[in-house]
Amino acid sequence: MHEFRFEPVELPPAAQELRRQVRALIAEEVARGAFNPSQHTWSSFDADFSRKCGERGFIGMIWPKKYGGHERTALERYVVTEEMLAGGAPVGGHWVADRQSGHQILRNGSERAKSEILPKIAAGTCFFAIGMSEPDSGSDLAAVRTRASKAEGGWKISGTKVWTSSAHRAHYLIALVRTAPKEEDRHAGLTQFIVDLSRPGVTVRPIYNLYGGHDFNEVVFDDYFVPDDMVMGGVGKGWQMVTGELAFERSGPDRFLSTFQLFLESIRQVGPAPDDRAANDIGRFIAHVATLRRMSTSVAGMLQRGAQPNVEAALVKDMGTAFEREIPEVFRHLIPTEPALGPGASYPELLGMTMLQAPGFTIRGGTREILRGIIARGLGLR
Amino acid sequence: MSADLLKTIDRVFEEHCGKGVREAAEGGAWPAGLWQALEDVGLTTAALAEDAGGSGLEFGDAMLALRRTAYHAAPVPLAETMLAGRLLSAAGIAVPAGALTVAPVHGADRLEIARGASGYTVYGTARRVPWGNQCAHVVVAGECNGEAMVGLAQAAGMAGSVERNLAGEPRAEMHFKAAPLIAAAPLADAHARMGAEGALLRSVQMAGALERSLEYALLYANERVQFGRPIGKFQAIQHLLAVLAGQVAASSAAADAAVEACRESPDGFMVPVAKARIGEAAGRAAEIAHQVHGAMGYTREHNLHYVTRRLWSWRDEFGNETHWQMRLGRMIAAKGADALWPMLTGV
Repeated sequence: MHEFRFEPVELPPAAQELRRQVRALIAEEVARGAFNPSQHTWSSFDADFSRKCGERGFIGMIWPKKYGGHERTALERYVVTEEMLAGGAPVGGHWVADRQSGHQILRNGSERAKSEILPKIAAGTCFFAIGMSEPDSGSDLAAVRTRASKAEGGWKISGTKVWTSSAHRAHYLIALVRTAPKEEDRHAGLTQFIVDLSRPGVTVRPIYNLYGGHDFNEVVFDDYFVPDDMVMGGVGKGWQMVTGELAFERSGPDRFLSTFQLFLESIRQVGPAPDDRAANDIGRFIAHVATLRRMSTSVAGMLQRGAQPNVEAALVKDMGTAFEREIPEVFRHLIPTEPALGPGASYPELLGMTMLQAPGFTIRGGTREILRGIIARGLGLR
Repeated sequence: MSADLLKTIDRVFEEHCGKGVREAAEGGAWPAGLWQALEDVGLTTAALAEDAGGSGLEFGDAMLALRRTAYHAAPVPLAETMLAGRLLSAAGIAVPAGALTVAPVHGADRLEIARGASGYTVYGTARRVPWGNQCAHVVVAGECNGEAMVGLAQAAGMAGSVERNLAGEPRAEMHFKAAPLIAAAPLADAHARMGAEGALLRSVQMAGALERSLEYALLYANERVQFGRPIGKFQAIQHLLAVLAGQVAASSAAADAAVEACRESPDGFMVPVAKARIGEAAGRAAEIAHQVHGAMGYTREHNLHYVTRRLWSWRDEFGNETHWQMRLGRMIAAKGADALWPMLTGV
């Protein structure tokens, strides 16, 4: 049996100073009216804010300086990301590139990919999308049908990716593509490619979500050419990379702080002298978030030590997203209001917006059911 | 902590805590052999500083040891002895040998300490004192002319009627009628501190019992065959066990965090977090562990009930989830929403 140990980590001494810096940046931006924290989540796109994060050294923090990074530790990066989320900063532009794509390129990309792309990500001017899901391949990722065939000096990709968040605003995506026919080992024959979305042969079409927002897209490849040096980590190595990447995607503070702004605003609405029921429910959420944060920082510590805490990450995401989803469900009882459509300018709008986003929390980045399967495997049951 | 200590604890339980000992303990017999063995390996003094007679373990390691004894569903007042010892040494009173307990621990029960010509005495009734009928001494918290104090009294002869919690652990009513205190000293917020320390130790114990409930459930799911395969191969069971594992992992993390924050004295934020979070996990986990075990887990034969009955008892002792959640909720509401994140991050 896998023993789940969420070993304690000590946050580095520089963490407090970083917290101060991030809080200062957010306060400055809020003060000048650049954004309203309660209207934003980590998927909110704001190119201007991303550039400012780049200038202050908050992107690519753990990468080598020669690629534009800042040679900080994973835990220092963790502190910055959680401060951004707690402060309601619109970090959606650079989030994916910083969280996982850049890390993949650093580990598995060619020298050209590293030297051309990483400095732009770190500057906060280059954004990424994730090209994993397809119309017939969501939870069953190994079923991807987008194909690449060998061409002179590179590969030609054809097929369709879907639910590709931010593809319409991103400069690149990393696509998981079949480069050899399916064999007995269905995880073999998959390769990851860096796709430059400005080049011909790729079309991005919007898919509007249930609250009418444009976040995800369909991305169609038609004989799209990728040069050999944009292959990641070798042909046929895609599956290992994708599963390794998921630990970064699944364990961070973005998996339990998506509704933190609603939580804070609800505490304000309840006021300084809550009745027993409100005090109890607020206290319960505090106990949950404190525990989740402890677990999530522990996974950050494991990632820093070079471990592959895939199962622990799945646990954090399963429990973290359940917590996020419960917040609007509980506060709608405590603060009688009718949820309203709108950008979140009032409490009913913030509640309404959160409720309409909530179904996505337990789907994006791996459904709850897939995560529980991963946990069960970790427990030795499959 | 050294793996050796864990092994030592496992061995003690293997040798001294068979089914017969457990059942006899629930029937009221003092498990003298088990207690002696725990004393011999230094566990009964493990939570004390070395200069207060401790066995030289870090507090964190002592708590891991306590957790392991709860994993084994130890039918002895080890947590109570640790708690009493910590209160005494915080007040500068020498810690006596033998099993100890604390009072008052239940509801609105309060004790009064009085100072007379021949020393301090204690008055009042304390209900549901854990192991109050089987400990040599009891540490009392009370007020003496408005000053919070702790004192040490003989427990023998003080216990009246004895109830049992769901796990069959004795909970005694103790009557103090000018009972002389062997020693007494002021300790700030003595009664609140006793409650918080108790909540911390129960949280640690629940984390240990939870680990065992998961282990039992996994063993059974791999072993029990229905429809031609182990039930653990069915997705419905796998998902139940995944949820159980999450509750156990969260409890483990919350207990670790609380222990870290409470080395010297109980932390006003992390103790409520741990007792509330782990108390909630206890109920959810026990339900799943039993569901996975089917009828077998509903028998006295299987050992699952030794941990689940403890979980159902401990979550309500030293404040249930609602008690601690309301405290957290009121704390944050009074300070304002903007105080929450700094409180979570410690800055």
